Amino acid sequence: MANTDTMTINMGPQHPSTHGVLQVLLELDGEVVKKATPHIGFLHRGIEKLSEHRTYHQVLPLTDRLDYLAPMHNNLGYVLAVEKLLGITDAIPERAQVVRVLMAELTRLKSHLVWLACHALDIGAMTVFIYCFREREEIMNIYEKVSGARMTSNYFRVGGLSADLPEGLEREIKSFIDDMPSHIDTYEGLLTGNKIWQKRVMDVGYISAEDAIDLGVSGPSLRGSGVDWDLRRDQPYSGYENYDFKVCTDDGCDTWARYKVRLEEMRESCKIVLQALAKLKPGPVLADLPKIVLPPKKDVVNTIEGLIHHFKIISEGFKPEKGEIYQGVENPKGEVGFYLVSDGSPRPYRMKIRPASFINLQALSKMVEGSLIADVVAVIGTLDIVLGEIDR
Amino acid sequence: MSEHPAVAKLKGQFSDNVLDVTEFRGETTITVKKEQIVEICNYLKQELDYNFLTDLCGVDYLGQSPRFMVVYQLYSIGKHDRLRIKAPVEENDPRIDTVSGVWGTANWLERECWDLFGISFDKHPDLRRILLPADWEGHPLRKDYPVQGPDREPYQGRLS
Repeated sequence: MANTDTMTINMGPQHPSTHGVLQVLLELDGEVVKKATPHIGFLHRGIEKLSEHRTYHQVLPLTDRLDYLAPMHNNLGYVLAVEKLLGITDAIPERAQVVRVLMAELTRLKSHLVWLACHALDIGAMTVFIYCFREREEIMNIYEKVSGARMTSNYFRVGGLSADLPEGLEREIKSFIDDMPSHIDTYEGLLTGNKIWQKRVMDVGYISAEDAIDLGVSGPSLRGSGVDWDLRRDQPYSGYENYDFKVCTDDGCDTWARYKVRLEEMRESCKIVLQALAKLKPGPVLADLPKIVLPPKKDVVNTIEGLIHHFKIISEGFKPEKGEIYQGVENPKGEVGFYLVSDGSPRPYRMKIRPASFINLQALSKMVEGSLIADVVAVIGTLDIVLGEIDR
Repeated sequence: MSEHPAVAKLKGQFSDNVLDVTEFRGETTITVKKEQIVEICNYLKQELDYNFLTDLCGVDYLGQSPRFMVVYQLYSIGKHDRLRIKAPVEENDPRIDTVSGVWGTANWLERECWDLFGISFDKHPDLRRILLPADWEGHPLRKDYPVQGPDREPYQGRLS
């Protein structure tokens, strides 16, 4: 017999505040959530299967489609993983490393802006959405100038970058970043002191540090539970050890704490971007490894070696030696990692993506059970999930 | 590079279970028997402080015996150290005990592994498909599952 004390309702897959095609089955007792069961997979495209049939260079565009709000971070994780597999991590030119950090931090800003915009919109603060998307648009323009695309950037390459930064862009980034802290003040002015905002986020979506670690939560969501852990500092990659930045944590364990952590992270990202701009010195952006790195177009059409290398890399690819590696990077959403198994052929034998959103979403049930139905929206917002990454 | 400190400790505690230790690009992989996987994981978490299960996945080595590997990527938040544990799983008995009691993270990751590889996790609290529909047939990440779809020619190996 059906249980008449509780009622089960569907939230999603077509619901504006599930940030994509996520379905959550909510078992309700009045307005209190007894049980929340997420159903995912609506966006599954089999990226891991596809990658087993493509050369290492051809897998790169697929990674853009994981967390599509932070494509360059996925690119970064993947190229670092392949470089580690090849053992060429030390051969990456200085300028390429600095540009990678520069773009990664702009991407973090971009991703956090979408998080804040949608999180605030879900809770009813529409103005913030408009302001955040105004600044995001500027980062999109920078993206477009750098890579030619606004979302699916595919900018980094195994061995460096696909192209150098265009003329004059450094000045543009500088003037944007100089203004950014005052924009963040504006968002804070609209939300932090706002009584409605405080009531909607304080003590909502509580998760203790022990539970968060047990459930594998990472990134700002974990730091909002007071765990001082950031891969950029603790297992630095791409030269992050040379930058001065603070790892932001908060002991609140609730949505309010995670809100403060992310805002603070945006300010830190601005500082890292400025440091990266100061470090930017002229130089090559691709490693001198002709068997692995695609040659520049002018060499392909003007030199016989360039033509041959281009032909070999495109038609066959490069062959890393047998082995397996894991490389994790600190995405805006949490730790994104690539586990690559090579069997000595030009294609990955197995590529497993560690999706930050997928694992963070697992904590949803824990965070909403016992709270009101309206808080589910706030908790989905604070977890900052992207369904492209969850379903892969 | 010197041997990872966890190797000696694990060998001392579970000497019969450690099958192989490999080192590649500074990363240590320990292959263990699947029978005592829960005890080994508990030991690694409690005694050696690997409190964070970064990832869990399957790998299909079609044509080899045992055919599958279940791979655990461990991380210690206190020591900032990574370790990889692998456990072989036979094709004719594709099952292994769940570690979701050790790390809660494993719950969904093991469901994904079941969904895509057909490796069953004994004593798992909620072993259902997660990414594919409940009535899907087959396990797509197996090497003999064609990339084009279930009713196409089987995978014939690499072209280049």
